Amino acid sequence: MGTKQAVVVGLAMLVVAATAKAGPPAGGTISGKVTYEGTPAKMKPIDMSKEPSCAKMYTTPPLAETVVTGAGNTLENVVVYISAGAPDDAVPSTAAVFTQKGCRYIPHVLAFQVNQEIKIQNEDQTSHNIHPLPKINREWNKSQPPGTPAISEKYDKAEIFPVKCNVHPWMHGNFAVLKNSHYAVTGDGGAFSLPNLPPGKYTVTAWHESYGDQTQEVTISGSESKTITFVFKAKPY
Amino acid sequence: MGKLLAIVLVLIAVLSAYPIVAHMFVLPEDISTHGHAIDDQLHETMLEAGLSFVGAQIVLAVFVWGFADRKKGSQLKNFPGGAKVAVIAAFVLVGTEVLALGVLGQEAWAEVYFTPAKPNAIQVQVQAEQFAYYFRYAGPDGKFGAIHPDKIDEGNQNYFGLDPANEVEARDDIVSGELVVPVNREVQLLMHAKDVGHSFYVRELRLQQDFVPGLDLSVHFTATKTGKYEIVCTQLCGLGHYNMKAYLNVMSEEDYEKWLKEQAAQ
Amino acid sequence: MQEGSVQEAHVHAPPGGFLRKYVFSLDHKVIGKQYYALALVAVFTGMILSWLMRIHMVWPNAKIPLLELFSKNGAPGGVMTPEYYLSLLTMHGTLMVFFVLTNAPFAAFGNYFLPIQIGAEDMAFPRFNMMSFWTTFVAWVVLMLAFFIPDGPPIAGWTEYAPLSAVGKDAGPGMQWGASLWGISIAIFCVASLLGALNFIATTLDLRAKGMTLMRMPLCTWAWFITSCIALLAFAVLFPACILLILDRHAGTSFFIPGGLVISDRLQPHSGGSPLLWQHLFWFFGHPEVYIAILPSMGIVSHILVNSMRKPLLSARVVIYSMMSIGFLSYMVWGHHMFVSGMNPMSSLAFSFPTLTITIPATVLTLIWLGSLYGSNLQINSASLFALGFISMFVAGGVSGFFLAQPSIDIYLHATYFVVGHFHLVMGVASLFGVFAGTYFWFPKMTGRMMSEPLGKLHFWITFVGAYCIFMPFHYLGLIGNVRRYQSFVDDFMAPYIGWHKFVTIAALITGAGQLVFLYNLIYSRFKGRPAPENPWNATSLEWSIPSPPPWNNFGGKHPIVYHDPYQYGVKGSKGDFVMQDSPEHVVAASGD
Repeated sequence: MGTKQAVVVGLAMLVVAATAKAGPPAGGTISGKVTYEGTPAKMKPIDMSKEPSCAKMYTTPPLAETVVTGAGNTLENVVVYISAGAPDDAVPSTAAVFTQKGCRYIPHVLAFQVNQEIKIQNEDQTSHNIHPLPKINREWNKSQPPGTPAISEKYDKAEIFPVKCNVHPWMHGNFAVLKNSHYAVTGDGGAFSLPNLPPGKYTVTAWHESYGDQTQEVTISGSESKTITFVFKAKPY
Repeated sequence: MGKLLAIVLVLIAVLSAYPIVAHMFVLPEDISTHGHAIDDQLHETMLEAGLSFVGAQIVLAVFVWGFADRKKGSQLKNFPGGAKVAVIAAFVLVGTEVLALGVLGQEAWAEVYFTPAKPNAIQVQVQAEQFAYYFRYAGPDGKFGAIHPDKIDEGNQNYFGLDPANEVEARDDIVSGELVVPVNREVQLLMHAKDVGHSFYVRELRLQQDFVPGLDLSVHFTATKTGKYEIVCTQLCGLGHYNMKAYLNVMSEEDYEKWLKEQAAQ
Repeated sequence: MQEGSVQEAHVHAPPGGFLRKYVFSLDHKVIGKQYYALALVAVFTGMILSWLMRIHMVWPNAKIPLLELFSKNGAPGGVMTPEYYLSLLTMHGTLMVFFVLTNAPFAAFGNYFLPIQIGAEDMAFPRFNMMSFWTTFVAWVVLMLAFFIPDGPPIAGWTEYAPLSAVGKDAGPGMQWGASLWGISIAIFCVASLLGALNFIATTLDLRAKGMTLMRMPLCTWAWFITSCIALLAFAVLFPACILLILDRHAGTSFFIPGGLVISDRLQPHSGGSPLLWQHLFWFFGHPEVYIAILPSMGIVSHILVNSMRKPLLSARVVIYSMMSIGFLSYMVWGHHMFVSGMNPMSSLAFSFPTLTITIPATVLTLIWLGSLYGSNLQINSASLFALGFISMFVAGGVSGFFLAQPSIDIYLHATYFVVGHFHLVMGVASLFGVFAGTYFWFPKMTGRMMSEPLGKLHFWITFVGAYCIFMPFHYLGLIGNVRRYQSFVDDFMAPYIGWHKFVTIAALITGAGQLVFLYNLIYSRFKGRPAPENPWNATSLEWSIPSPPPWNNFGGKHPIVYHDPYQYGVKGSKGDFVMQDSPEHVVAASGD
């Protein structure tokens, strides 16, 4: 191209470079899948007969969610996170949302950060009573009648603990309070991905509510991507 | 104003009695074998209590009408017989009622509490917990697995704390949120409280019994009509007490057997 | 004990200084008024709690303004949570039974009038008396603290059954410090009541004036005396029960908690205790307690009725023996609260017999009141209206007891609104009618001013009709199986009956508003009421022989002498239609002397 065009393009590139936000730091990714071996327990359908207002929302009763499996022996609801090697992150300003709907918790496992706000809402016609059961965090227990505002809470220590509803004994979920932003909860297909990791040595922990937790050490240099797999031992009961 | 009080008293007596006399509030239908004795006693008591109530209000009204705000210089009179009449009347009226109802009352109470369950009664274990009931059937092997409080895992719907991994008896136990029973067969409920005091109340069965933590209690009944009936908790057990219920589902014998098979297959 | 001994109450010098006169007073009259004031605060608090409960029950999603300000946890967005409903229910019952129904008819009026009616200068132990009131006050403060702690008041009902009340915070909201404050408050209340009961008994036995035999005491004095005897044994059992409960909650003991309990997913570290033990201890107190609540009102109503009828009762002696029998039998019936509790079913039959039998003295009393009206010269005023209303309410509440006394019927009616209707009519209405009657009757004596009669009558009509509108429907609802202590009715079974509950709620709000008429009357008359003469009702007992209000030492240093029983009305040959108890005027022996 001619000099004039070159100068315009060059200027344009300079403008773009100057005005564009600083892109994400160059980082590596740890990703992979969580699977199981052995025979997992058969999930039983939940008997909601004591709460007709919820029971009628299902054509067939939903199954319990303590072990949710997918094709290829994959495991859902596993929290995969960096437990060592990464610094604590700033608290995100958006809230993590936990919904009670159809007398179940959505999502079944809610992962969020220390001191991040969580918003708990009740979309059912019945009163629920959220009772998280931490061991090191402050325990509380609140009723939420239908139509009342969302409950806002936060936790100041890293911990993974169960949540139950006192009124509906089958309702169980989990809160994972984590120190940094490098976490994922596996969905259908059991996959997870932890991007934006600066170079370093990391301990990756995978936690499942029925099968416990496992760790693996992964070192990232430069912006490489590493794939790891977690395999849990399933139990028939 | 004395006359006004007398009129209001009579109105109150009549208006209070009216809903009962007009059958505006009818007992839920009795579907039990022992309930008729309770209902008979209740009706008998209603008659006597009702007559006493209305009678007393009317006597009060009549006397207030007759003796309030009397003309100046009216003569004071004493009730003929004086206190003696009152004492004798009280002993006679109440005494006969007490005897009658006390004797009558034995039958219903004995049927529920002094008669043991028949040996071929269907045994169902009921666990009351904050805030639901769960029912356990022994399954094809006829034996209940042991309860281990430390193995309770509600997220996995192991409400009773069974250990099927290590105990054979526990593997075929059927746990249900509904009390399913066949009609016209005696059922024995083995009552177990997991946490605090609760109670088992089915109006139509004329049956109510508290669960006491630490005590093995049982009641038995025979349901005489198919249908779904509420089981509600009547012993204050915490914040969810108002929503602690389950359904008694009385089925025909064949439907019950079918249900058992379906549950065992799960 | 034919003649009272002429022992002087070694009382106190005339009160001096503001604190000694009005705050830490040793004067039984001031203490009586202090109890009354505390009961007044408690009853209005309890009433407001009941309004909140009733509103929430029929409109569960209603946003109640200001409630969120009072308790953010209890009413997020102004909508009451289920546990807060139970907190209000617990506090309502506790305030009403202890701080209203034990305080007002018994401690308040008893303190004020018992010494005067027996011709004494003060109680036997004025310092204990002052301590009783202030200890009660401390108990009230401790209880009210529960409203202001973050976790809120306890939710286990005024009966606080174990193990719900004993295990601590795992049992639910309010069951941490809320329940502990309850236990501490009631334990303190027990101590206060024991002191008070001791004082009443010693005073009645030892300080009667010359000529005041026991049988010449007014019927309300008898009622207070019998009530004190009941209270002594009853509170003596509740006190250790509360201690044991506190120990279970804080010291790791297991008096009331068996092993193997899993609450909030936690295995409780207790074993060997018995929940039924709490029930036995509680109701061993609880049943006599309800007679502590009603007996003074029976006495007050009898006392006022005689004056209103201008004629003695058919037999004061029979009334006294009936009250004594009720007091005695009250200790044998506690198990009727526990028919289906899991205790031995044979015990249930055993308890039902004295429960049915206690109907006999209650019927005797009712028939005597009714029979005495015959041929009388009944004067209608606010006090007598409430006294007559008492008879009506006592019968209404009493007959439903007849159902509940039979174990097999109780299988069906236990823990339904039938029970709620029964005890509210006898306690919440009849007993309170005795207090109202006493207030209208004795206000002139206590303050030296008359209350407004028109306002008093208005108060009566609203309360009398309103109370029937509120509590009669509860019996019908109980008959169809309406379970109690539910914050709202979420099922199809109760749907057809919500209309009745709405009717009751509206009646409760209107009747409650009617009580403001009473409050206004009290306050206005205290300052602006027409000055009262010494004996505005032409009555005969000793309180009407002294100025209105009485001097600090009641009889001005004189020792009254009593010549006959206190109900000399319509006596032939006397001036006017009554003869004062301290008048030596010759009288034809009336019945009961």
